[in-house]
Amino acid sequence: LSQTVEHGFPHQPSALGYSPFLRLMVIGTRSGAIKLYGAPGVEFMGLHEENNTVMQIHFIPDQCQLVTLLDDNSLHLWSLKQHGGASELREEHRFTLKGPPGSPPSATQVTAVLPHSSREVLYLGTESGTIFVVEVPSLRVLEDRSITSEAVLQRVPEDNCNRRACELVEALREHPKNPDQILIGYSRGLIVLWDLQNNKVTHHFLGSQQLENLYWQRDGSKFISCHYDGSYTQWPVSSDNRQPEPLENTVPYGPFPCKAISKIYWQTTKNGLPYIIFQGGMPRASYGDRHSISVIHGSHQTAFDFTSRVIDFFIIFSSEPSAEFDDPAAMVVLAEEELVVIDLKTPGWPAVHPPYLASLHCSAITCSHHVSNIPLKLWERIISAGSKQNIHYSAMPWPIDGGTNIAPDPPQRDLLLTGHEDGTVRFWDASGVCLHLLYKLSTVRVFLTDADPNDNMNTLGEDEWPPLRKVGTFDPYSDDPRLGIQKIYLCKYSGYLAVAGTAGQVLVMELNDEDAEHVVDHAEADLLQDQEGYRWKGHEKLKTRDGAVRFEAGFQPFVLVQCQPPAVVTSLALHSEWKLVAFGTSHGFGLFDHQQKRLVFVKCTLHPSDQLALEGPLSRVKSLKKSLRQSFRRIRRSRVSSRKRRGGGNASEVQEANAKFDQDALQEMELAPVQRKIEARSAEDSFTGFVRTLYFADTFLRDSSRHCPSLWAGTNGGTVYAFCLRVPPAERRMDEPVRAEQAKEIQLMHRAPVVGILVLDGRSTPLPEPLEVAHDLSKSPDMQGSHQLLVVSEEQFKVFTLPKVSSKLKLKLTALEGCRVRKVTVANFGSCKTDDYSENDLAVLTNLGDIQIISLPFLKLQIRYPCIRKEDVSGIASCVFTKYGQGFYLISPSEFERFSLSTKWLVEPRCIVDMPEVTSNNHVHNKSGVENAARKSSSFSYSFVERKSGRLMEHALLNDEKVLKEIQSTLEGGR
Amino acid sequence: EFRRFSLERSKPGKFEEFYGLLQHVHKIPNVDVLVGYTDIHGDLLPINNDDNYHKAVSTANPLLRIFIQRKEDADYSAFGTDTMTRKKNVLSNVLRPDNHKKKPHIVISMPQDFRPVSSIIDVDILPETHRRVRLYKYGTDKPLGFYIRDGSSVRVTPHGLEKVPGIFISRLVPGGLAQSTGLLAVNDEVLEVNGIEVSGKSLDQVTDMMIANSRNLIITVRPANQRNNVVRNSRTSGSSGQSTESSLPSSTPHVLGSLLQEEESDEEDIIIEDSGEPRQIPKAAPTSESIESLSQIELLHESTQNGFLPSSEMNSNHSAGSISMEYEVPDPGRKALEEDGTIITL
Repeated sequence: LSQTVEHGFPHQPSALGYSPFLRLMVIGTRSGAIKLYGAPGVEFMGLHEENNTVMQIHFIPDQCQLVTLLDDNSLHLWSLKQHGGASELREEHRFTLKGPPGSPPSATQVTAVLPHSSREVLYLGTESGTIFVVEVPSLRVLEDRSITSEAVLQRVPEDNCNRRACELVEALREHPKNPDQILIGYSRGLIVLWDLQNNKVTHHFLGSQQLENLYWQRDGSKFISCHYDGSYTQWPVSSDNRQPEPLENTVPYGPFPCKAISKIYWQTTKNGLPYIIFQGGMPRASYGDRHSISVIHGSHQTAFDFTSRVIDFFIIFSSEPSAEFDDPAAMVVLAEEELVVIDLKTPGWPAVHPPYLASLHCSAITCSHHVSNIPLKLWERIISAGSKQNIHYSAMPWPIDGGTNIAPDPPQRDLLLTGHEDGTVRFWDASGVCLHLLYKLSTVRVFLTDADPNDNMNTLGEDEWPPLRKVGTFDPYSDDPRLGIQKIYLCKYSGYLAVAGTAGQVLVMELNDEDAEHVVDHAEADLLQDQEGYRWKGHEKLKTRDGAVRFEAGFQPFVLVQCQPPAVVTSLALHSEWKLVAFGTSHGFGLFDHQQKRLVFVKCTLHPSDQLALEGPLSRVKSLKKSLRQSFRRIRRSRVSSRKRRGGGNASEVQEANAKFDQDALQEMELAPVQRKIEARSAEDSFTGFVRTLYFADTFLRDSSRHCPSLWAGTNGGTVYAFCLRVPPAERRMDEPVRAEQAKEIQLMHRAPVVGILVLDGRSTPLPEPLEVAHDLSKSPDMQGSHQLLVVSEEQFKVFTLPKVSSKLKLKLTALEGCRVRKVTVANFGSCKTDDYSENDLAVLTNLGDIQIISLPFLKLQIRYPCIRKEDVSGIASCVFTKYGQGFYLISPSEFERFSLSTKWLVEPRCIVDMPEVTSNNHVHNKSGVENAARKSSSFSYSFVERKSGRLMEHALLNDEKVLKEIQSTLEGGR
Repeated sequence: EFRRFSLERSKPGKFEEFYGLLQHVHKIPNVDVLVGYTDIHGDLLPINNDDNYHKAVSTANPLLRIFIQRKEDADYSAFGTDTMTRKKNVLSNVLRPDNHKKKPHIVISMPQDFRPVSSIIDVDILPETHRRVRLYKYGTDKPLGFYIRDGSSVRVTPHGLEKVPGIFISRLVPGGLAQSTGLLAVNDEVLEVNGIEVSGKSLDQVTDMMIANSRNLIITVRPANQRNNVVRNSRTSGSSGQSTESSLPSSTPHVLGSLLQEEESDEEDIIIEDSGEPRQIPKAAPTSESIESLSQIELLHESTQNGFLPSSEMNSNHSAGSISMEYEVPDPGRKALEEDGTIITL
């Protein structure tokens, strides 16, 4: 088993970094992970051992190195190195700043990090106001070069500044043209320009407002500061005035009190009108809860409004030192729940569709379904349907395009379908490393819901102020949980799709390349039949729209079956060849003929004593969920106010108290005696009628001479029902009804839930999928030898003979190992050595999070791997296997981990990050007026140019590890 | 008093209903009685549950002779094999118990407990400090009735005493099977479940294993109270089956009946074909079994590698299944007792 790649959006991101040199972006998370992204397919991941929150990430200029700052105040140096032909991200050094003995922790609490363009040192601003200098890559403090507040204050007029003026370094910025000057911004408003050569303040700027951040104008003649009160100020820097007054002080969303502007960019353009881009600054009272970033360009002003907190953002602009202007191209915003990229070049500033980092959880994932090896035709049709949905996106190519993807092309086209709480199904390209959204299907249109589709948040008129514009797709608040998708089945050959949801709705759809308006045929399936005296206390069924409904190109529903009572659909099967769809709930199951649009039969599986199933437990769950949703909304609001670490002492106290409370609670939990009742399962247990699995098979159900279509159903109480079906031949398919008759009922005496049913043909091969044979993709099943029935319960695997049912084999998994089956599927394992050998086995995920491979047909346990933590119940519940031995499970609400059991099919990132060509004028140091420190590095970059000169040669060399090491050591020596 | 009445052979009903009918026809509604019948061999056999009641009805030819005794002055020795031949006249035994003033037999059990509910097995191969208990969960409504918890126990290891995590019985449900056997007690450490060692397994895993084996649960425990252990004086007894060691201290109140059925198999699944009668699913080809048992043996072997049980002596009986099965599939033929037969009082 190998866990290969994480798809989706990192859970709880906490920091963002970007290297214009490498064109790589990096995201840090609260669990200590860092993830680098470049061109699609270029991904790296690193994990800090400490698992602490990543506070800041900075790339070392013009290097394949980056520095992270964690919330335990430790600094970590990571580098991308090539190894075995591919780049790898590795932690090189770690370091924690230590103050003199007896000094308070705040003395060394790092608040600002500036990697100097000389690539030799880092400047670390601290809470105490002292700036420490640390050598790179050794991470050694150069004590004699520290910039203390005493030194800064020497030149500042005494009446303007007291001792406290230099507390807490808020921002450190290097002069864009002169690497010997750095701008230091202190929290209380004082800003000084420090000369590194002469170790003295050359200019000081007396800001009156609490400082948030600083940004240099490209030519270094001005800089801009932003403040806690929602204002920003421009300051001139010239040699004649050592204590200049501000040029301009603006409160963009004044005059009423505004929230802080926490970050600001000033971008010059050829046409002279600058872009001013800043985060926050909204009027406190009315818009204080918005997460906004405003872009001002001349008369154009837009406040991009994000649905989740903005963690950080950066602007991609022309970083060529030779370029005269910034000419910003794109804005990349990392919000708590999604990544949003705005094209700043195209009028209207449209969003760019990211090729990765998709927010899987923009509405909570309720189920997933994987289809391997999609035929090209269907693939293209889905893509074309999806492209019609994406017209509002910018046409700009993805701007973060560093590194080269050298992974082999994905072996086949795979689709991952996710069902969501808001009634949508998303189609993801799961063939390769980048999980990419192809198409989004919404089932909402079929129903009448309380939420008016026109009532979106974007109703603000043109004259509205502030000019808010909603961006991003993250919207976790479904207004009607009944719309939630619970089961999905896609037939890749016919393009038929069946989806089923929380309120007993089953939709059958067909792929249509054009928009269409039509009536959806509607039927009701009363699963209780003649059972009387029951009252469903759960949710009502969904109301349907009368008349024709307009559907956009893509999958369009043509049949709707609603189960009565409208309990959640727990199992679904579609047979595209027989044109039948089967569905089950906690009350029973039914079969619908979607060709003739007729309900064939229903079967109630309910045990008369099972009151719980009748009342609908969801009624209780629903209200709980609603209150949860409300409290999340509250939390979201309160989080905003407690965001900053201002008054640091206080916050950490609170944190400490919280931690202590957590620990106490944990201890209490451990002390409470945990005991488990040992009791045999009985027929009277709750939810025994819950239909867990449905399966269509063409097999010998009644006698060994004639095979016939059959439908199999397995319940929670260990019962298996088999129905013999009579499907009219194609030419009379519309004239004669489909008939069904119960042929068998098997009661497993251990009464464990039946989670899988499978028929093996005469060669002991699982029967092919519907239409698989018709499309020549599978051998036809062996109808000569006798068939076998495999029933998988949570506790046992049992093989029975057919048509006379006698037990042949069994594997009692639970009795032997104490684990239970959670997911089971047939996986085809190919040999990585030869193409003509492959075998079918069962891939099983247990409640302990182990994956076991069990051979067919002899049910022998082949191998077992630990995969998911057993405490990770939602991870285990979300797992899907592919047909070829890969799988996915959710590691957070927004991320799928991909794993592979197969030696043949392995999808994992493999990429190279080359140092871009280092031209001599790419380095400010190589310009005139460079001091000795930079000179050393210029010789280094020379050696680099040399190395880069022959790309062909380089490629050959890269494959030789020895040569690589040599290059490496030369590089390190040079540094 | 003699009564004669008719029953419908195809629908005998349940024992309780029959018992009520007897009390009714004899007009002794609140008197506890023992019910017996003479089978074709002439033995006086008890009727005290649905199974032997149905058996009795099926042997009627066409008459079924039923004997009823007051419970308080019943002569238990009247029951059993050869009772009718041993005692010339069973009626005299039954009807005139006063004639037999000899010392009463030691009452080992009430007739309704004749079926084994538990046994101590493998006494000969286990260390004296351990007890292997088998609980028979028949169709009785009696719950297994116990709880387990995590805990720690002290083991002697080559490195001295070591505290290791273990699984313990934490509670017995009053009236449950576990409590009624008297073989399990709170704080007994659970060492094995059906031959699989539990060390290294979580509480939830052990719970699942026990529930999966609940129809024929074999638990090896180290009793918290080590004073009632079996004291062995010889190693002559057989290697399998339950022990009926005579050396059991009298303080253990349970007794093992005649239970020598070691049927291979566990619960048989039931099939209903074409909505006909439910029946057990038979075994198919024997070839498959060897494969299965092979895998079981492998696993067993593995699981005892580091155990303190003598793995070489491990007997494979505990992996065998229970000896009985129950039918809980709704049986169309099984309805409330129908009182359409005329009651004739002689």
